[in-house]
Amino acid sequence: MLEIKGLTATIGDKKILRGINLIMPDGEIHAIMGPNGAGKSTLSYVLSGREGYTVTGGSATFNGQDILAIEPEARAAAGIFLAFQYPVELPGVGNANFIRTAVNAIRRARGVPELDAVAFLKEARAAIKSLKMPDDMLKRNVNVGFSGGEKKRNEILQMALLKPSLALLDETDSGLDIDALKIVADGVNALRGPAFSALVITHYQRLLDHIVPDRVHVLAAGQIVRSGGPELARELEAHGYAGLEAA
Amino acid sequence: MAAVTETIETIDRLTDGGYKFGFETNIEMDFAPKGLNEDIVRLISAKKGEPEWLLEWRLKSYRAWLTMVEPNWARIRHPRIDYQDLYYYAAPKRAAPKSLADVDPELISMYDKLGIPLNERAALAGVAVDAVFDSVSVATTFRESLSKVGVIFCSISEAVREHPELIRKYLGSVVPAGDNYFSALNSAVFSDGSFVFIPRGVRCPMELSTYFRINARNTGQFERTLIIAEEGASVSYLEGCTAPMRDENQLHAAVVELVALDEASIKYSTVQNWYPGDAQGRGGIYNFVTKRGACRGRKSKISWTQVETGSAITWKYPSCILQGEGSSGEFYSVALTNNYQQADTGTKMIHLAPNTTSTIISKGISAGHSNNTYRGLVRIMPRAHGARNFTQCDSLLIGNQCGAHTVPYIESRNQSAKVEHEATTSKIADDQLFYCRSRGLSTEDAVGLLVNGFCRDVLKELPMEFAVEAQKLLAVSLEGSVG
Ligand SMILES: Nc1ncnc2c1ncn2[C@@H]1O[C@H](COP(=O)(O)OP(=O)(O)O)[C@@H](O)[C@H]1O
Ligand SMILES: [Mg+2]
Repeated sequence: MLEIKGLTATIGDKKILRGINLIMPDGEIHAIMGPNGAGKSTLSYVLSGREGYTVTGGSATFNGQDILAIEPEARAAAGIFLAFQYPVELPGVGNANFIRTAVNAIRRARGVPELDAVAFLKEARAAIKSLKMPDDMLKRNVNVGFSGGEKKRNEILQMALLKPSLALLDETDSGLDIDALKIVADGVNALRGPAFSALVITHYQRLLDHIVPDRVHVLAAGQIVRSGGPELARELEAHGYAGLEAA
Repeated sequence: MAAVTETIETIDRLTDGGYKFGFETNIEMDFAPKGLNEDIVRLISAKKGEPEWLLEWRLKSYRAWLTMVEPNWARIRHPRIDYQDLYYYAAPKRAAPKSLADVDPELISMYDKLGIPLNERAALAGVAVDAVFDSVSVATTFRESLSKVGVIFCSISEAVREHPELIRKYLGSVVPAGDNYFSALNSAVFSDGSFVFIPRGVRCPMELSTYFRINARNTGQFERTLIIAEEGASVSYLEGCTAPMRDENQLHAAVVELVALDEASIKYSTVQNWYPGDAQGRGGIYNFVTKRGACRGRKSKISWTQVETGSAITWKYPSCILQGEGSSGEFYSVALTNNYQQADTGTKMIHLAPNTTSTIISKGISAGHSNNTYRGLVRIMPRAHGARNFTQCDSLLIGNQCGAHTVPYIESRNQSAKVEHEATTSKIADDQLFYCRSRGLSTEDAVGLLVNGFCRDVLKELPMEFAVEAQKLLAVSLEGSVG
């Protein structure tokens, strides 16, 4: 279970998160919507441990562990995965090699035997196939020369192979055509189960048609200003965020 | 190949952290008195039972050296080297081994520790090894199977005795004794090294490799390597080096000469991991090396690949003289410096004949307080119609206290020649590190991965077994470089 209480964070002296409260039980998928600049990406970065953010108050625990106190790689080992809004290019680093190194780093941290190249490739190929991605996705350098859509799908491929228990998806649907969107949704739905939860940041109802969330939250100006069921997303799609900041 | 992969793993287990090859071996040694003079040169020559002409050649080199001064154009700084405070000859006391069975078991076990089994049964499949310990070659494996196809692979001292006509013909023919300060010194006092001869039309059936180890204290290592590939012959040769950790600096001044005749090809790969000194810059090897290949024959080819992670100072410019029409030279280099290491390294491509081509791919990585300079000369002579060169020089900075410098010299004296030069400087971005860490990689693993990615174009030129070793070496060499 992810429990965020009164979380406040700044970038430099700029207050971005102004007291986030959010509880997400295992097995649930929650959507976070909200206007640009509200702090959605900031929340996902703070949860995954990116440098440059100062947590000034509150707490965030995952399965009872204080995740804010540990290094990003330890958070990954604890089962947290961030699908980046803007995935990063790693020149010269083969995708298969990268993902296998990550899978094995996490396995090592958990005391699970590492996967050899053959076993990994078998899993990776199966994931590629079920996500309907091109085979050469594994051979190319991580995100280098990928189209926007390919980069997003590569995030989902990594998620499929790293099998997190908590996924943070930051606008993974932005800029995707409807087929790619379905692939992304399939990737998330495939992991759905009692031990998996996801925080899906999105602007669009159309993603939530495919990944039906248990709860929808509206983040505006660094606070969660409204929460509700899936119908809230439809309401927002119809009426926009106007007036929500005041709530 | 598994055996070399194990090198690193074995050593990992033997030592903890830092330089993995820093242990010292207790072998009874035979030293010549400290210092350098004509008597020492005579003594070295006598110890090796050399012919008169070679002694004369050494003495001539010594006298030339006396008139020369250390070069000072490289971007390196070091205290004055006291050439009289060094031993110029150190050899294990046991008499030169006639066969592997005669090699001191201590030595065999040291090479085992380094992952270089000298026992042929345990040896790396398909790699013949010549092991040079301080001043002498202690063992060469697989010589018999090689000699069946006419390949000669032995120590240079032995070649002087057994194949004097080849030595006399080729020694100093690519790097003349008086070429530079360090080559003159080497020519006067060279102790041992490897000799390779691939006869006409033979493709050497296995990788040849020499493993250099400096063990003795205050001892300079001056090895000499000579490789000759006759018409249509080809060979791939690997060189590896390590030394114990010591507070004082040690001098290494080698000379390597390659000769490729018509349509011959020589691929020379180095993984240089001499002791780099500690994090404060104490100790480490001063590596002043002259490596040069002559593409004498039509369509001959010489390819240098180097991964330089060691030494306190690296001064090294493996070069190609493209004399044969249509011959080609290649230089693929990764030079990594950390802490207070200084590297000034690059290549010279001298295009003498028409339609000669050269390719230079250099990747410099600087971390800590280190300084890393690429220095490369491309010279196109008037006769070299249609010559081409492509140079790609990339620098990667880790941290903000290190330096990377690119010094290309391009001299074209033929209008029809085409010379291209590209250079980039980059840093490992915080975003890249965070992306990796968010996937579970430690910062060090992430840096290792990114650095290996940066070097990929060079690493893929290495023979498989060396590539794996080199990758791990890069990661180990960067330990502690990222906070
Ligand atoms: N590196 C930064 N430096 C200063 N301000 C930043 C930085 N990154 C984000 N911000 C600001 O923080 C606020 C929240 O940004 P972000 O979390 O990216 O919003 P969202 O993802 O909801 O669009 C915005 O006002 C943005 O301008
Ligand atoms: Mg955002």
